[in-house]
Amino acid sequence: MSAVAVDGVWKYYGDYPALRDIRLEAEPGACLALIGRNGAGKTTLLRILAGFSRPGRGEVRIFGKSPREGEARRRIGFIGHGIAVYDELSAVENLTLFARLYGLPDPRRAALEWLERTGLARVATGLVREFSRGMRQRLAVARAFLHGPSVLFLDEPFTALDDRAIAVLQGLLREALAEGKTIVMSTHQLREALELASHVALLNRGKVAFDGPRTPEMVADPGYVYERYGEN
Amino acid sequence: MTNKILYVLGALAMVLLARDIYVIARLPGEVEQGAIFKIIFFHVPVAITAMTAAAVALVASILFLVTRNFRYDALAVSVTEVGLAFLAANLVTGSIWGRVIWGIWWTWDARLTSALVCWLLYASYLMLRKAIDEPTQRATFAAVWSIFSFIDVPIVIFSIKWWRTQHPQPVFWGGGSFPADWGRIFAWNMLAVVLVGVVMTMVRLRQEDAQRELDSLRRTAHAI
Amino acid sequence: MGFFRQVFVIMAKDLRAEIRTKEAINASLAFALVILLLFSFAFENSDESMKDNLGGLLWIVFAFAGTLVLNRSFARELPNDCLDALIAAPISGAALFLGKALANYVLVLGVELVSLPVFGIFYDVRWARQFPELLLVLLLGTWGLTVIGTMSSALTVNIRLREVMLPMLTYPILVPALLGAMQLTSPLVAGTPIGPETVTWLKMLIGFDAIYTAVSLFLVETVLVS
Repeated sequence: MSAVAVDGVWKYYGDYPALRDIRLEAEPGACLALIGRNGAGKTTLLRILAGFSRPGRGEVRIFGKSPREGEARRRIGFIGHGIAVYDELSAVENLTLFARLYGLPDPRRAALEWLERTGLARVATGLVREFSRGMRQRLAVARAFLHGPSVLFLDEPFTALDDRAIAVLQGLLREALAEGKTIVMSTHQLREALELASHVALLNRGKVAFDGPRTPEMVADPGYVYERYGEN
Repeated sequence: MTNKILYVLGALAMVLLARDIYVIARLPGEVEQGAIFKIIFFHVPVAITAMTAAAVALVASILFLVTRNFRYDALAVSVTEVGLAFLAANLVTGSIWGRVIWGIWWTWDARLTSALVCWLLYASYLMLRKAIDEPTQRATFAAVWSIFSFIDVPIVIFSIKWWRTQHPQPVFWGGGSFPADWGRIFAWNMLAVVLVGVVMTMVRLRQEDAQRELDSLRRTAHAI
Repeated sequence: MGFFRQVFVIMAKDLRAEIRTKEAINASLAFALVILLLFSFAFENSDESMKDNLGGLLWIVFAFAGTLVLNRSFARELPNDCLDALIAAPISGAALFLGKALANYVLVLGVELVSLPVFGIFYDVRWARQFPELLLVLLLGTWGLTVIGTMSSALTVNIRLREVMLPMLTYPILVPALLGAMQLTSPLVAGTPIGPETVTWLKMLIGFDAIYTAVSLFLVETVLVS
């Protein structure tokens, strides 16, 4: 069973189709880089995959289940444009909160463990409001990985990260892939993403213009896919 | 085809309305209150039409949430707008009646107060719609709010009536007697008023359809 | 994780965040005090019989000041896109709603209980004569205000003119509940216990609360995931 299966998904804003007949699959352990211009529909698609919005037509299946079902939600991790942690709570309070919501057996221990892994152990009791940008981003990564998701949806995760945060994230993603987790990430940072990707899909004006394994040409010249399959 | 139906119904409504106004104007004045009592021929039918509009809006909203078909959303907004206009007519005719009979433009009698609250309720529905740009979100939120509003209508009517039972005031309008032979004219005017409502709703529906098409064309144009 | 545990986690989170920043609650309290002050200018030279109707005034204060707390409810999830994280988590929309509603309930009740003695001082009213019954009315009326306000907060969280829309939505729907609460509170504050005429209002409040709690719990998921 594929980890992520998108079957004939359409998304409408009113009568306008932002996504048209999207068909994609990602096997467990794959890393799919979703590329495309701004407005192509990457964020819209990712939000549907992660369960934030409903498709107008078609289905999404995460390990065979709808992303809105409890079982699937436990296995999904998401990093969007916002860091999705509370400024007025401390780092450990934030992570403990989410650990509780995901039903982890020992929320506090899980929280502390992930603060350690993202290099935030020293500031565990500091309020997020006082964190630097890089620290906030690392906390967002901790929050996404905290509950041990099998599938990760990342919306432009490398954008505006500082070097340390990029290194942390890349390390965690490599580990995750080695553990057999599945990743779907949209990106403008082609180089960082293509290093990790096993597959690439190009979205163009709401449709899938290209979908296939990553090739050496792509790694050598990240703009390759755009040139061949995208618009001029 | 729809155009033809629209024109026919519109013409019918106008003819009926004109004929009714003529007949009503020629009726003798009512015993206690004189000619102004005849305002009841409009005051009550517009209220009944408004209530029907609220019920149609409820059904349309539920159907939208279930089917996600935007035609139901268009129906909900069209019928609510028309209902709101008719309810306003109810408030205005009630106020005029009171001014002529009692000398004051308003008092907090049960019916008028309930009508005012219901008017505010559905006006806020329209304001909510105006504040949301994205069509799917607008339709969904509006449908939810339409359900909330409709549930409140009986509660509002009951609670305000109970309030006036506890603290009675002279009933603002009403009183007078309704001669039996006026019943037929009343029924005809009820029909005329409902027809006007239906025609207005249909016109508004067509406008909604056109607006939806425009919106999606605009988005397509921007995407290119 | 059980439904009520989830509700509790959300409620605790909201309360902790609010108690730490105190933004909404300070504004709400200040607003309540200002309204009480302003109204006292209007009622200054009224006769004794007016005092018997002053209980109703309390609900205007509560409704207006309460809105400041209720507005914050879902709005606090907007910075950093925290609402996304909550929707993605394996908790039902109903649990999220109920947790927030309960947190709001505690906060608004807090503002109300502080306003009562101030009211008593400004208007020279001995409001505690029927305190248990007054408390009951407070609990019921505030729940109605909270449920509608929290739902309105969810509906207006990311639309234009949020601060204006929330009161516009909340107050018309609340009319029966506010009317009932006022009709109950006025005699209680004047010292008369709830009697056979006023007990209908109590039943109406309970009915209002029950119906709207059920409808909100049922529909909130639709609002959160569109």
